[in-house]
Amino acid sequence: MNDATQLALEQGVAEQHRHHGKAQFFWVWGALLVMTGMEVYLGYQNMEPVRMLSMLMGLSLLKAGLIIAYFMHMKFEISRMKWLTMSSLLVCLSLMCIFFPDAFRILSLGAR
Amino acid sequence: MSDVAVQHGVAAAGVYEPSLFGTYSKKIGMWLFLLSDSLTFGALLFAYSYGRISTPNWPTPFHSESIRNATLMTAFLLTSSLTMVLAVRAAVFGNAKAQRWWLLATMACGTAFVILHGREWSKLIAEGLTLPMFPAVPGHEAAAEYKNVAETVPQFPATFFGLTGMHMLHVTLGVIYLGIIALRKKFIPVLLGLWLVAWLATPDYSPFHYGAHVLLISAVVAAIVLWLRPKVYDSADVEVAGLYWHFVDLVWMFIFPLVYLMSTRIIRS
Repeated sequence: MNDATQLALEQGVAEQHRHHGKAQFFWVWGALLVMTGMEVYLGYQNMEPVRMLSMLMGLSLLKAGLIIAYFMHMKFEISRMKWLTMSSLLVCLSLMCIFFPDAFRILSLGAR
Repeated sequence: MSDVAVQHGVAAAGVYEPSLFGTYSKKIGMWLFLLSDSLTFGALLFAYSYGRISTPNWPTPFHSESIRNATLMTAFLLTSSLTMVLAVRAAVFGNAKAQRWWLLATMACGTAFVILHGREWSKLIAEGLTLPMFPAVPGHEAAAEYKNVAETVPQFPATFFGLTGMHMLHVTLGVIYLGIIALRKKFIPVLLGLWLVAWLATPDYSPFHYGAHVLLISAVVAAIVLWLRPKVYDSADVEVAGLYWHFVDLVWMFIFPLVYLMSTRIIRS
């Protein structure tokens, strides 16, 4: 990449920061802290593990989404970058989780 | 001849093929590394969750003190992400002084996280929730309930120390990475000093006594990199370092609920 293109890209990043001020980062930080507080509250509710796991993972995905979108600036990238990186990651992680239901099956195995 | 070639390159901006992702290559490289690293953490998180669901007698060692400690660690990491994004913003606007201070604030939060995590590890190891490879803590009897955990539920210490140890290593390397961006060569003696303190201040039965050598290895690697390619880091370098730091924060957003909150000890009066 030549110097002019590099400069143009850096100016683009500066422009994003100029349009979206500091305040948004503080809002996201506050929202992440509030969601962490909600998770701790849920941790002390004597719930069934699978139900609690689903609720906690839902909140974690929301937090991860905020971090990727705002702190990692993915929200401001071009759509090709967003789709290629995020979809490949989701597909790989989902493929890994195909085996997760086996954890429940194993509970009913063995001598009874 | 070479002068003509250089002038041509600058004057004819746009003759090169534009970037596929609309951004610079360093950033794309870091994203690709983070995508691959997220699969490593995905596998470790999967192993922990699988064990948690499929093992009826899974230990629940995290009582309120541990949860308070882990919540504080989470707050430190979230705050470090805020200071990091402010460092990137300062770098983009060319405010070098603010950039350095925000980077140092991020490093301070990261260091606090590692110290709190080390305290948590030491407490669990002293209580007997340990790995066979860790030496026994002299003068500490394992708590009765954890005496047989290593034999009956070996998945717990294996996945817990594997997952959180991997994350702690990432945070430590992240602090070193930011230190090099912020202070460059001045950071090498600081790093060597930290290694000596960490090595001498930890007892020889602690895993951190040997883990401290990560600092020495990092100092050697950083010295080689800075010697081979000395440079003033620009806003793109700070942004790329920020991506790594936010990733470390992001991974903790899954470890905290999955490891700590899913194994909370609830004592009802």
